[in-house]
Amino acid sequence: MSVFSAIDDDREIDQEEFTPGIEPQATWCPGCGDFGVLKALKQAMPDVGRTPDETLLVTGIGCSGKLSSYFESYGFHSIHGRSLPVARAAKLANPGLEVIAAGGDGDGYGIGGNHFMHTARENHDITYIVFNNEIFGLTKGQTSPTSPKGHKSKTQPHGSAKDPVRPLSLSLTSGSSYVARTAAVNPNQAREILAEAIEHDGFAHIDFLTQCPTWNKDAKEYVPYVDVQDSEDYDFDVTDRREAADMMFEAESKLHEGEVLTGRFYVDGDRPSYGAEKRAVGEMPEEPLAERYFDEDAEWERSADLLHHHR
Amino acid sequence: MTDRELMWRIAGGSGDGIDSTSQNFAKALMRAGLCVFTHRHYPSRIRGGHTYVEVRADDAPVRSRGNGFNFLLALGDSFARNPQADHDTIYGNEEVKPLAENLDELNEGGIIVYDEGLLDEETLAAAGVDLEARAEENDWHVYPLDLRGLAREHGREVMRNTAGVGATAALLDMDLDHIESLMEDAMSGEILEANLEILETAYESVKADYEFTHDWRAPTGDHDEQQVLMSGSNAIAYGAMDEGCRFISGYPMTPWTDVFTIMSQHLPAVGGVSEQVEDEIAAAALALGASHAGVKAMSGSSGGGFALMSEPLGLAEMTETPLVLVEAMRAGPSTGMPTKPEQSDLEHVLYTSQGDSTRVVFAPANIRESYEQTRTAFQVAYNYQIPVVVVYDQKIQGELRNVDEAFFDREPNPDLGATLTEDEIAEAAHHSSGKFQRFRHDPENGVSPRSIPGQQGGRFLATGNEHSPEGHISESPTNRVAQVNRRLGKLDTIRSELDERDHSHQTTHGPADAEYGIMTWGSQQGTVFEAVDRLREAGHSVKALGVSDLMPYPEAEVTEFVESVEECLVVEMNATAQFRGLTQKELGRFGPRLASLLKYNGEPFEPREVVEGFETSIDGESTLPHESMKFVPAAGD
Ligand SMILES: Cc1ncc(C[n+]2csc(CCOP(=O)(O)OP(=O)(O)O)c2C)c(N)n1
Ligand code: SF4
Repeated sequence: MSVFSAIDDDREIDQEEFTPGIEPQATWCPGCGDFGVLKALKQAMPDVGRTPDETLLVTGIGCSGKLSSYFESYGFHSIHGRSLPVARAAKLANPGLEVIAAGGDGDGYGIGGNHFMHTARENHDITYIVFNNEIFGLTKGQTSPTSPKGHKSKTQPHGSAKDPVRPLSLSLTSGSSYVARTAAVNPNQAREILAEAIEHDGFAHIDFLTQCPTWNKDAKEYVPYVDVQDSEDYDFDVTDRREAADMMFEAESKLHEGEVLTGRFYVDGDRPSYGAEKRAVGEMPEEPLAERYFDEDAEWERSADLLHHHR
Repeated sequence: MTDRELMWRIAGGSGDGIDSTSQNFAKALMRAGLCVFTHRHYPSRIRGGHTYVEVRADDAPVRSRGNGFNFLLALGDSFARNPQADHDTIYGNEEVKPLAENLDELNEGGIIVYDEGLLDEETLAAAGVDLEARAEENDWHVYPLDLRGLAREHGREVMRNTAGVGATAALLDMDLDHIESLMEDAMSGEILEANLEILETAYESVKADYEFTHDWRAPTGDHDEQQVLMSGSNAIAYGAMDEGCRFISGYPMTPWTDVFTIMSQHLPAVGGVSEQVEDEIAAAALALGASHAGVKAMSGSSGGGFALMSEPLGLAEMTETPLVLVEAMRAGPSTGMPTKPEQSDLEHVLYTSQGDSTRVVFAPANIRESYEQTRTAFQVAYNYQIPVVVVYDQKIQGELRNVDEAFFDREPNPDLGATLTEDEIAEAAHHSSGKFQRFRHDPENGVSPRSIPGQQGGRFLATGNEHSPEGHISESPTNRVAQVNRRLGKLDTIRSELDERDHSHQTTHGPADAEYGIMTWGSQQGTVFEAVDRLREAGHSVKALGVSDLMPYPEAEVTEFVESVEECLVVEMNATAQFRGLTQKELGRFGPRLASLLKYNGEPFEPREVVEGFETSIDGESTLPHESMKFVPAAGD
């Protein structure tokens, strides 16, 4: 039997396998957009042919961070904003794993903003889902980095004086090789985009619009969604950075005017992932690091081999 | 120690090659069969400013810096000269520093070689240094030499260090063989030729042109090929690699950077990975991610960076993910003094991060322990699924000592500890639902063996929230108590295992029935032991205990030691007696029996300072002869 036999497991899978056998009572509120992400993700997994045992889902903190509790796979529910560094290293340690990271907009664009920028820059081969509900959910409705300017909350009762972050543009300039936006109320597109992102070899970032009926009454669930790939009004080349940047700018500006553009905004299928780059320059061995520990024939060099410098 | 020991100090500006020259000189002495020990002093500045390195050598074992020093090679600070202007223009009197600033600690009868090509008598007089008078007063032997001129004549001016080494060899009647062979190892071509020429010319001209007024000569030994010269950073890095660590992530911060760069340079060659990342939170989180995915991983930092690691450290405790962190202390708070040693991060390392700490902390005392305890750190981390912090300071980081090569030739250990194979998972205790119980309440030892992502059938959720045996978030009071007890209980098991396997690192020195005790931790051990030797020679009944396991606290060993003496002086490099505080907290007594000798001026103790502190303490005095230290009497006195 191989060491990580789940990784070679290519049987047909059913989405129900991703439902935990002893599911704890979901703590999400009725009508929460997070249910949509969970559902779409469960559906996408059979599409990409990955099993629960070969998948590692790393989440942050927040309502969104609880995704790993309701999704059956190897899971790591980490700390606020830090899902990406944990996910990155797991992928480097074992490239055969399907590594997915997820968290909220506060988690990913706020406290974890630095990690977001650098993970994108390095183009790690992981999928990153940001539940963008434009609010802090779990801590009960404070302004988040994506809350629109003028948004009133308990911590900004006069209306926020800040411009929201532009997650798509930020992602592109940081270096993500796949950037898309989808929405919980758009299940078919969400499933397709998730499957595509998971299969993408590089950092795939999905700004996933979710509604928070409890704290954000301006939730985007009632507005019509436009799929930029299906619409005749938007004709651009997703592989062209400049055109993608323009499209993103437009999508981000329109969001707060009430028009929601979704779809793929940038896809670079040619750029090698970070792991591949590291292997190419000799900074990382070909075989997965994690496998060595189970290989009885592996040669383990010792420091005594290095002592000639010290004699 | 013998009275022939060499305590050679080379002083100059940062960036002048003081470090590499002293390393080579130390290595040459080691090759000549002597025991060596180096002590580095440098400012937080890349070029210029005053820096020195001491090389202490003897034919008997040397375990600390000496009491002062007996040979000064003062080179002048070449960066103090203004390259734009006339070659001899200097900025202020910086160039005088390497000579002037080192005189206070030069022992009576010592030798001075200074570069008169840089510092003539006029410059010295202008800076207020009356070398002649002081030399007479202290019976110093002064040899001004135009080292710069000599170097320029035969090669390049920067090679004046080599000229200084040649002069040292001549004055101490040492063989040039080992120095030459080292140069041949380190360089080639014209550079080598020039250096050899400078070395020999300096040697010959000192022999020919000077009448030696001193009669002291360097100690001699037998060449021993089995010795290697190692720093604490090297020992930590090699210990980690021998123990199978193949992943390091970090962010530069002095003095931790040393371990990080050594490992970054060697890991790819042995099939490992190094990641320089965006900050220390990420660094520790990456190590956690790699460890979770089945690789032995390490990260580390110094005070400020370790503060950022507090979050992932707690996460490792709660998720029971094996993790080794290194904390290289420097003087704090905040950025403090970046290049100066202190032992003031003790409480930070023991208690940082929220909740009850479930971690192990080791504090190696020397090069050998740095290697051994790093190896033990990985064993404990992976066997017990607990984070282990190896805390050391800038002193051990930079000090070079010779160690028997065979010491490092240990079996590599790729064992991942309490980790199951797929076959074992298939047979492991399962919940009725068929779920793998990663965090079972009742395993042997308190350790619930783990599975690794990608293994068939081992799925679980690792979460920083309190969780059930399956890893689900749980706030059930019964579950909470069971989980906390199990996690904390591991510490007791670890303590007894360390003792049983002889991995315990408390070292006593001196006669068992001594009347007085001195206790210390980490890097000050060698100095304290040397002080004990001196005190005993002076007729005191005293012994010492060096503690290198901090958590779980070695309760039995410390209790036995403190109980066996009348009074015990605790020596540490901080202002608030943190180790003494830990001892009283852990043992719940001994307040009236422990006094403290503290130093926190950025310099480690010298043996004579410990001697003075001890005498002050037993005399019942409370004022020390030096302002650089503080004496805190026992509670209730
Ligand atoms: C270091 C730290 N700071 C603050 C918190 C408290 N906290 C928990 S969730 C959260 C906000 C979550 O908002 P978001 O990421 O948008 O996720 P959502 O709950 O909306 O899904 C905060 C501030 C924390 N857990 N850790
Ligand atoms: S608070 Fe908002 S984000 Fe959180 S579960 Fe409720 S609806 Fe969802």
